[in-house]
Amino acid sequence: MEEACIVGIGETDYCRKPGSGLSQLGVQLQASARAIAEAGLKASEIDGIMPFPNLGRAEEIAANLGCENLRYAATIHMGGAAPAASLQAAAAAVNSGMANYVLLPAGWNGYSGARVRQTVSQDVSSIPGGAIARDYYLPFGFTAPPQWYSVMARRHMHEFGTRSEQLGAVALTMRKHAQLNPKAVMHGKPMTMDDYLASPMLADPYRFFDCCLETDGGAAVVVTSAERARDLPTRPVRILAAACGQPYPADEITNRRDIFKTGLTIAAPEAFGKAGLTPADADFAMIYDCFTFEVLQQLEEVGFCQRGEGGSFVEGGRIELGGELPVNTHGGLLSEAHVLGMSHIVEAVRQLRGGLGERQVKDAQVGVVTGWGDFGDGSIALLAR
Amino acid sequence: MSEYEKPLPVLEGFSADFYGFCKQGELRFQRCSDCHAWRHVPRELCAECGSWDWAWALSSGKGEVFTFTVVGRALHPAFAEDAPYAVTVVEMEEGVRVLSKVQGVSPDELEIGMRVEVGFEAVTEEVHLPIFRPVSA
Repeated sequence: MEEACIVGIGETDYCRKPGSGLSQLGVQLQASARAIAEAGLKASEIDGIMPFPNLGRAEEIAANLGCENLRYAATIHMGGAAPAASLQAAAAAVNSGMANYVLLPAGWNGYSGARVRQTVSQDVSSIPGGAIARDYYLPFGFTAPPQWYSVMARRHMHEFGTRSEQLGAVALTMRKHAQLNPKAVMHGKPMTMDDYLASPMLADPYRFFDCCLETDGGAAVVVTSAERARDLPTRPVRILAAACGQPYPADEITNRRDIFKTGLTIAAPEAFGKAGLTPADADFAMIYDCFTFEVLQQLEEVGFCQRGEGGSFVEGGRIELGGELPVNTHGGLLSEAHVLGMSHIVEAVRQLRGGLGERQVKDAQVGVVTGWGDFGDGSIALLAR
Repeated sequence: MSEYEKPLPVLEGFSADFYGFCKQGELRFQRCSDCHAWRHVPRELCAECGSWDWAWALSSGKGEVFTFTVVGRALHPAFAEDAPYAVTVVEMEEGVRVLSKVQGVSPDELEIGMRVEVGFEAVTEEVHLPIFRPVSA
């Protein structure tokens, strides 16, 4: 199949106080308009839109931007795994003729608007387990993502000896990278291991600094075929392969025979196989870092290291700029902003275009982007310059 | 008596059955009538063998802590005064796992592998939550 490419990226500012001043739809539209303009396109040429699950509808996005020739509209319901999974669907759409130019918008007012942390019974329709969470989790105080995922982290510590300082190494790396990114909410706010260890325990083993930020902001990318990309002004970034997958059962966390087998466990070999690559070919990785453990867990399931070795893998600067596998050079969800995984794709595109100054991964040719959502849905995209 | 403010299960369908047994002091899970596989949470059919025949089978009520978290800061307002509180995943002798909590032990004494047995906490007249206590030595 012909390759598809990312030809436009756009972002809003990222902020907490005083808030974006834009609506949830507004931050998505601003990022989208910027991505479309960067691609050298008119909104009327965007004929495919893949809205982020539960945060927007193609109809209203198209009506606001002026996408008067919309044909393809679809949402991959995988939470934070949706953006990278949508690259797979968008690539298929542009290469099969379902659409010429597909817009992937994401964004929210995660700080000034509704907070993810405030899950209440009425929200169950947006949780994968839906009534399962309502009837079997929430009554016991198992109400929010850091709690849901912390039980996996705890089990990993039990089975493999993973330590708090190793989770801290992830948090510190993201914070260190954010110091090189003026857009990052945590730019100018460095952190030490003592700061990390002293932060309050939210859901043991997750401390405050193991958790992603809550921020306002949006990001978007535009995908088209390699053939059409040649006529556009930006340097195209090739989607070598993308794949997604689900844990089993995907709607219930506790009854998995193998609690560490997530969607990415299925998706990663598929993507590498299609691209004819191995994890060793990656020059960097943008790993969906909703929480610190999820980073080392995904590094294992992608195959950058063996299962159980994630803790030692993230130590010693290996995942820092200049290390063997730089991870989240923008600072990620932990220290840049929580843009639902779309900012991970944007940063990967920037790295592959080059010219990022002191944040640039040297000679970046191939990059991995992952997504993690809901109760462990996973996605992966292999991108190349 | 003040009104119970924490989230409650909706007593419909399988959940009405599950919690109905809890109200009677019984922890029951679905069990396939053909391949005899236990399952939780409730499902329409057996994912192991495809059979639609099943029954609510009585659990021994005994199991061990498979994993847990200690919530230091509640993210749902109704649990604010409970923090720090532990949420545990208990692996039952039948093999199924249940999300619950362990009482009678402080959160910092909780350990993976701890033997526990079920009890019931009547939080409303209709809802008696299955909770666990350490098995006395």
